[in-house]
Amino acid sequence: MNTKRVRFVQGNEACALGAIDAGCNFFGGYPISPSSEIAEQLSALLPRHEGKFIQMEDEIGAMGAVIGAALAGAKSMTATSGPGFSLKQENLGMACMAEVPCVIVNVMRGGPSTGAPTSPAQADVLQARWGTHGDHPIIVTAPTTVQEIYHESIRAFNLAERFRNPVVLLLDEINGHMREKIELCDPAEIELWHRPKPPVDKNWERPYERNEEGVPLIPNFGTGSRFHVTGLDHGLTGFPTGDPKIRQALHHALIAKIEDNRPLILKNEAYMVDDAESLIIAYGSTARSARRAADILRKEGRKVGLFRPLTLFPTPEEDILRAAAGKKLIVVPEMNLGQYVLVLRRILGRDIPIIQVNRTDGDPITPDQIIAAVQGR
Amino acid sequence: MVERYEIRLSGAGGQGLVLAGVILSEAAAIFDDFYAVQTQSYGPEARGGASKAEVVIGTEPISYPKATQPDLLLALNQQSYDKYAGDTKKNGLVIIEADSVKPPASTDFRLVAIPIIDLARKKIGREVVVNMISLGIIQELTQIVNYESLEKAVLRRVPKGTEDINTRALKLGREAAKEFKEE
Repeated sequence: MNTKRVRFVQGNEACALGAIDAGCNFFGGYPISPSSEIAEQLSALLPRHEGKFIQMEDEIGAMGAVIGAALAGAKSMTATSGPGFSLKQENLGMACMAEVPCVIVNVMRGGPSTGAPTSPAQADVLQARWGTHGDHPIIVTAPTTVQEIYHESIRAFNLAERFRNPVVLLLDEINGHMREKIELCDPAEIELWHRPKPPVDKNWERPYERNEEGVPLIPNFGTGSRFHVTGLDHGLTGFPTGDPKIRQALHHALIAKIEDNRPLILKNEAYMVDDAESLIIAYGSTARSARRAADILRKEGRKVGLFRPLTLFPTPEEDILRAAAGKKLIVVPEMNLGQYVLVLRRILGRDIPIIQVNRTDGDPITPDQIIAAVQGR
Repeated sequence: MVERYEIRLSGAGGQGLVLAGVILSEAAAIFDDFYAVQTQSYGPEARGGASKAEVVIGTEPISYPKATQPDLLLALNQQSYDKYAGDTKKNGLVIIEADSVKPPASTDFRLVAIPIIDLARKKIGREVVVNMISLGIIQELTQIVNYESLEKAVLRRVPKGTEDINTRALKLGREAAKEFKEE
């Protein structure tokens, strides 16, 4: 380790440090537990990195500010928790439709509604995918360790920029508040992506024309081109249209931009999976309980593995199928009443028994609970 | 040092237990080069209510970050003792605030009772250093981190201008634990 870059920090602080190293230069937010440390950190860090921090009047305004800053060229983000994430959904849809790159962090807490502000949960997983209305493209990633939160924070900005799409970074009260030792990257060695530029600087009239990755070549506001941004169905010029062909092409292009680039987006970890008879599939902080359970069971001679999707959406279907092939049992622990398991059941069908371990009482799922499920107790 | 050592610090909100957990784990992870993870659990109140900080230290990477069967419990009030003492590992160590927790007749863990709040009031003149005295006691009784590492971590985390009373409180805790061992 390079001791100069070693820190002992919370997941939320690591998220803020990752954002700065990714070149984030705008944060618009409204504080909410358990995400507030991200705003707190960035309110101090951004002014020192030629960035802007704005606390808005509420979460809706914050998401609007994030979109505006992103359209003007900023690497833009916000951070919130469940109740605030609900409020952001309308503008999040606008960002998906208008293809505005931005990062939305949701440090999940108990719900529904105000729920339990200081307790952990993973209950916003499907909301992260489907919270805003309409068929829309989105990338959702759920890191596990504090070190990984730092790296995923950088990667979230890179994915947002490269594909001009909102990226949701899902943390939870446990790994958001948990402190661990991390090593920051050497800034000179971080690979940074920037949104694709239009072919001319001025008078570019087709902002929604796409590059070979399917990403539109939208100029930044204030760089000389005049163009239109709307939540309405639109054509290459950005102006609304009722033309069925153009509208259908737009909807397909929005989804294809993410789905066709899945190999560039997906990230996951297979731990002792190959010879495993039972497989645990877990994400976020619950994957730590799962890993402990797998380690304990291995010591007892049971062949157990762990598959951990970091990118929850788009879904790593092929990787899940490969990891699950030939297994006798799948165990899916989640701090909700069964959300990502619905996705897994769709992919895996009925051939392999799937056992759920669910908990929403504010305490984490323990390794013992997972061990019991694997042992059929 | 063992593969996994679990510590639970419990008491009321406002007693500085989360900060104590941060300092202890930072001493272990940064200055003693072990693996360490710190987590916390607290209610929505700024002061009062139940507060708990947990630290897991070990020679191996730590997967599950919470304490399930603590090797060490610090209980600064009766409520937290009643709630958590039963989870303690057999032959583990429980440190209680002597004037706040009624000691049980018999236990299957090692019980250490020290009047931490009284020490803070009388020797330092500030009850706010209860967390630092507790850290000094924990260090002396467990040797889980080096004293010098703990002191460095304290200086890194406490507000400017309070370095002196906090390091004095740390030392006071160490002395109190030494006296307790001799008794």
